[in-house]
Amino acid sequence: MQSFEYANPATLKEAFAALGATWEDSAVLAGGTDLLSIMKDYVQSPKRVVNIKGIKELGGISRKGGNIRVGATVTLDELTSNAAVRASFPGLVQAALGVSSPQLRNMGTVAGDLCQRPRCWYFRRGFGLLGKGPNGEALVPTGENKFHAIFSNGPAYFVSASTLGPALVALGASVTIASASGNRTVLVEKFFVAPTGDGQREIDLKPNEIVTEILIPAPATKNATYEVRQRELLDWPLSAASVALRMNGTTITSASIALGHVAPTIWRATQAEKMLVGKTITVATAEAAGEAAVANATPLSGNKYKVQLTKVAVKRALLAAAGIKA
Amino acid sequence: MPEYKWPPMGKRKVMGQRINRLDGPVKSAGRAKYPSDLNPQGLLQTAMLTSPYAHAKIRSINLDAAKAIPGVSGINLFVQPGAEIQWAGAEIALVAANTEEIARDAVRAIKIDWEVLPHVVKDENLAKAGTRAKAAGEQVTGDPEKAFSEANVTLEGEYGIPVITHCCLEPHGNVISWKGDKIDYWPSTQAVSTVATQLATLINVPATNINVTCDYMGGGFGSKFPPDSWGAESAKLSKGSGGRPVKVFLDRATELTIAGVRPSHYAKIKIGAKSDGSITAWQSDSWSSGGFGGGGMSPIPYVFVNIPNRRNNHAAVSLNSGPQRAWRAPNHPQAAFLTCSALTDLAAKLNMDPLALLHKNAGLTLRADTYRNQLEKAAELIDWKNKYHAPGEGKGTLRRGVGIGVATWGGGGHASKCKVTIHPDGSVEVELGSQDLGTGNRTCISMVAAESLGLPMSAIKVKIGNNSYPASGPSGGSTTIGGVSTSTRKASLNALEKLFEKVAPALGVAADQLEAVDSRIQVKGNPNKAMSWKQAAQKMGPSPIEEMGENVPAQAAREGLNTLGAAGVQMAEVEVDTETGIVKMRKLVAVQDCGLVVNPKTAESQVFGACIMSICAALYEERVMDAVTGRVLNPDMEFYKLAGLPDIGEIVVHMDIQEVHDKRGVIGLGEPCAIGGIAAIANAVHNALGVRVPTVPVTSDRVLNALGNKRYA
Repeated sequence: MQSFEYANPATLKEAFAALGATWEDSAVLAGGTDLLSIMKDYVQSPKRVVNIKGIKELGGISRKGGNIRVGATVTLDELTSNAAVRASFPGLVQAALGVSSPQLRNMGTVAGDLCQRPRCWYFRRGFGLLGKGPNGEALVPTGENKFHAIFSNGPAYFVSASTLGPALVALGASVTIASASGNRTVLVEKFFVAPTGDGQREIDLKPNEIVTEILIPAPATKNATYEVRQRELLDWPLSAASVALRMNGTTITSASIALGHVAPTIWRATQAEKMLVGKTITVATAEAAGEAAVANATPLSGNKYKVQLTKVAVKRALLAAAGIKA
Repeated sequence: MPEYKWPPMGKRKVMGQRINRLDGPVKSAGRAKYPSDLNPQGLLQTAMLTSPYAHAKIRSINLDAAKAIPGVSGINLFVQPGAEIQWAGAEIALVAANTEEIARDAVRAIKIDWEVLPHVVKDENLAKAGTRAKAAGEQVTGDPEKAFSEANVTLEGEYGIPVITHCCLEPHGNVISWKGDKIDYWPSTQAVSTVATQLATLINVPATNINVTCDYMGGGFGSKFPPDSWGAESAKLSKGSGGRPVKVFLDRATELTIAGVRPSHYAKIKIGAKSDGSITAWQSDSWSSGGFGGGGMSPIPYVFVNIPNRRNNHAAVSLNSGPQRAWRAPNHPQAAFLTCSALTDLAAKLNMDPLALLHKNAGLTLRADTYRNQLEKAAELIDWKNKYHAPGEGKGTLRRGVGIGVATWGGGGHASKCKVTIHPDGSVEVELGSQDLGTGNRTCISMVAAESLGLPMSAIKVKIGNNSYPASGPSGGSTTIGGVSTSTRKASLNALEKLFEKVAPALGVAADQLEAVDSRIQVKGNPNKAMSWKQAAQKMGPSPIEEMGENVPAQAAREGLNTLGAAGVQMAEVEVDTETGIVKMRKLVAVQDCGLVVNPKTAESQVFGACIMSICAALYEERVMDAVTGRVLNPDMEFYKLAGLPDIGEIVVHMDIQEVHDKRGVIGLGEPCAIGGIAAIANAVHNALGVRVPTVPVTSDRVLNALGNKRYA
C-alpha cells in the first residue's frame, strides 16, 4: 500500500476541505471493507484518506418528509436492525442480509455499499476497469467471464458489486450528494453509470463529493429481493433481483424490477415491469416476467447460465413479494 | 529385548480412548505460536517481486531505486538477467526492510526489462495443447479390443477435474536468523528433521549449524517439505544484515499462485461389461497438467484394478503455470473421481444401482471383503436403500440424489527415532524430531508412551518440532502415525526394561517378571507385589534412563506394529436446485479403515477435515487461468472458493474399528480419507439429475450447461 495522509474530519466542511480534485488525490473511508484491500493491492493509491465516520450528521435512520432517510455511514447491521426499515422494506433487509458475514455487516456502510468498486478479476488484478490486455485488447469478452455482465455491449463488462443497489432502485430511492458547492439529489438508478472510456468511474460521484444520505420513498409496496449465490458462506451473488409492487387488492398497479450483478449498473427490467401492470402474481405471471426481464440479454462466451439465473431470480423475488410459495 | 507388540485391543487403557488433542486449548486460545506469529527483536520484514508474465526473459534488472529507499536492508535476486521465466508468479527478488510497507514499496521500485514470450496456460482441451502435450506411452493388459467387442454394454464418457491449489491457511514461509555460524530457523514445515539438510545445501553451510523449530504449523497438505527458494534467500538476507531475524511469508496471491497445485486430470473413458454388470474392459485416454513439468497419469482404473482387459493412454501437458506439489493423496482423488464417475454412468446404462455394480465387481479390488463391508456400512449410514432412485427420477425443482466414491492408500510408517527419558524423580520425556500438522500427532505420541509405560498422559512430556531431537521422517504419504507410534512404543519399552532391571531386586523377581500398570511397577498380575512409579524411579540412582526406539520401515512387517493399506468408502447426498444449478450438501458419510486406531477422536477429526476438503473441490474450488495474460485470475479467497460452515451439511464419520483391522497394526490416515468424497458428491448430482455434469467443481454454470433444455417440475 502506498503511504497516505489520513484526515479525520468532524464536519462535512472539514471533509470537503480534505478532499481533492482527482481520484489520485483522495478517497473517502467509511467502513473500509473495500478501500483498504484495494489500496493494499495498489489498484487505487490515493494520497489522502478521509475518514467520514466521525461526521455525526452522516449517521442515523429517520423520517424525512415522505421518505425514510438512511445516513451514509449507517452500517448494514444498523439497517437490518431498524424497525421502520424492517417493516417497510423487507426487500432491502433481505439484500443486506445477503452479505452473509457479520463482520462485514458490522463494518460496511450503506453508502459504502453503493460506492464500492467492482469485483471484476481483471480490474482487481490491475488490468483496469475495462479489463484491457497488453495491446489494449478487451480481455473480458474472450476471457474468463462467467461472473461478468449479461446486459452490456461494452466496453464495460464488469458487474456492479452493490448489494443494496437493486433494492434501492426498485424502491425508487435517491442519494443526496454533497460538496463544498452544495447538495444534489440523484436517483440511485442514475447513480450507477457504465463507463465508456478509460479513467471513468462507475458511479456518478466526483472526487470532491460525499454521499450523505439515502432517501427511500415511504409509500407502501410489496417488495422482496432474491439472490442466487453459489455458497451460503459469504459470496457474491451470481444474479440478484429486487422487486417493488404497488397493488390494488391483488392487482398490480405498478412494478419496479431491478437486477444486480448482471450489468455494470443496476439494471432495470422495464419490459417485465410493463407486462405486470394489471396482472395478479401467480407462478405463471412471475415466470413470464422473468422471461421478459432477460429478453434483451447479450451474454458473453461463459455466462449464458446467468440469463437463466436472472429469470429465476425475478420469478422468485416476485413470488416472495406476493407471499406465494413456489 | 522387550516384546514390542501392541497390547490386545480389549486390554489397552489409553490407546483407543477418545482423547482431546493436547494442544487444543492453546490453539483455540491463540496462545500457540505458529512460525508466522513470531516477531523476534530486530525483525526484518520482506516482500517478494514475482513475475507478472507467464513466459518471459529478463533482459536486465535495476535495483538502484529500490535500494535507495530508506529502511531497505537488502535485496536478493532469485534469478539473474538472461533467465527465462516459465510461469507468472515465479520468484524474482526478495526485499528485506524494516517494515513490510517499505519492503513492498521497494519491490515496486525494482525495474525489470522483460522480453515477453508466448505462453500456454489452459489444459481443458487437449486438442489446443498442441506440442505442449507429450504422450506418456500406452499401457495394455489382456485384449481390450476383443473384450469390448464381446461386451454386452459399453459406456463412453468424458470427465474432468481441474487444477486446485493447496491454499494453506498459514502460507509458506519462515523466520530465520543467521549470526556467525548459528542459524535459528522457524519454518512452517512438514519436515522438521530433514529440512535443515536441504537448507544447508542451498546456503552452503553444515547442517549442524541449523536449529529448526516448528511447534505448530497451519497446514501443508504435501506442499511444505522443502525450505524453498525464499527460505534460502531470507537466510542470506539475515546474514547480510548482520544477523537480524528475517521473516518471509508468501502473501495470499503468491501462495495460491506458486506454492503448489494439485494437477488437473481429464479423461475419455470407455468401459465394457456383461449384462449382469461384470466389468471386462477398460480404456482411458487421459491428460493432465501440474504446471511446466506436465502431469502424470493418475492410477486409473482406480481400486477396481483387476479389470482383465485394459488400455491406458496418457499425455502430460506442460503449462506456463505454477508447479505442482504433492497434494493430500497425490493423483488419488482425481483417479477416484474419474473411475467412480464412469462406473456410476455404466451402472445407469445397465439400469443397475451403482452400489450393486460395485458389490458385483468387488472381486476386481485387492481387498474385496473390506470394500464389501464398507459399502454396506456406508449404505446403512446414508440410508441408501431409501435414498437411491433411478437417475433423475423424482418430482419438483429441488432434486436429491446419492452417490459413491471409493479410496485406497498405503500409509506404512516412515523411518522414525524416539528417545524416552525417565528421570530419577519419575518424570518422563518423549522426544522426536517430528511435527504436528494439526493431525493430533503430539497427542497420539503421548498416548502411545502412556500406554507403554503404564502411566497417565499427564505424566508424559512430549517434545517434538525441533531437529535436535532424534530424527523422525517428514509427514507425507500418511506415514507419520505408523512411524512415531512404533518408535515411541519401542523407546518406551526399552526404557521400561532398564527401569525393571533397577527395581527387580527390591521386588525379589527377575526383571522380565515385572510389568508397568496404573503408575505402578509390579510383579506380573500381582498388584500386592508392587511399588509406585515414583518409588521405582528412586531406585535408578542419580542418572536418568535414556533409551531409543526406532521404526525401520523394512522391519515393520516382521514387528507388526505398523503396516500399510487403507480402504475407504464415502457416500454423499446432495440437493440440486434444478432451476439455478446450485448444489447443496445434505450429508457426506465416510467409512474408513486405518488398522489400529490410536485415538479415534483425532482420527475422526482428520476425516472431517478431509470431507470438507472434498466438498470444496467437488462444489467450489478451482484455479482460473487467463489465456491472454497468463495470470491466475483468482489467487484470493474471494473467487478461489472454499466451503464455509453453512455449505458443509452433515458429515458422518465411521472409523472401521474392528479386531480384524486392529491386528494389522497402525496405518496412516491423512490421505485415504481425502480421496473418495469428490466422486461421491459428483455421482450424487448425477443421481439427482439423471444427467452427468462432466467436470467438477459442480457449479451453477456447469449444471445448467449439462441440463441444456431439460426442465424439472
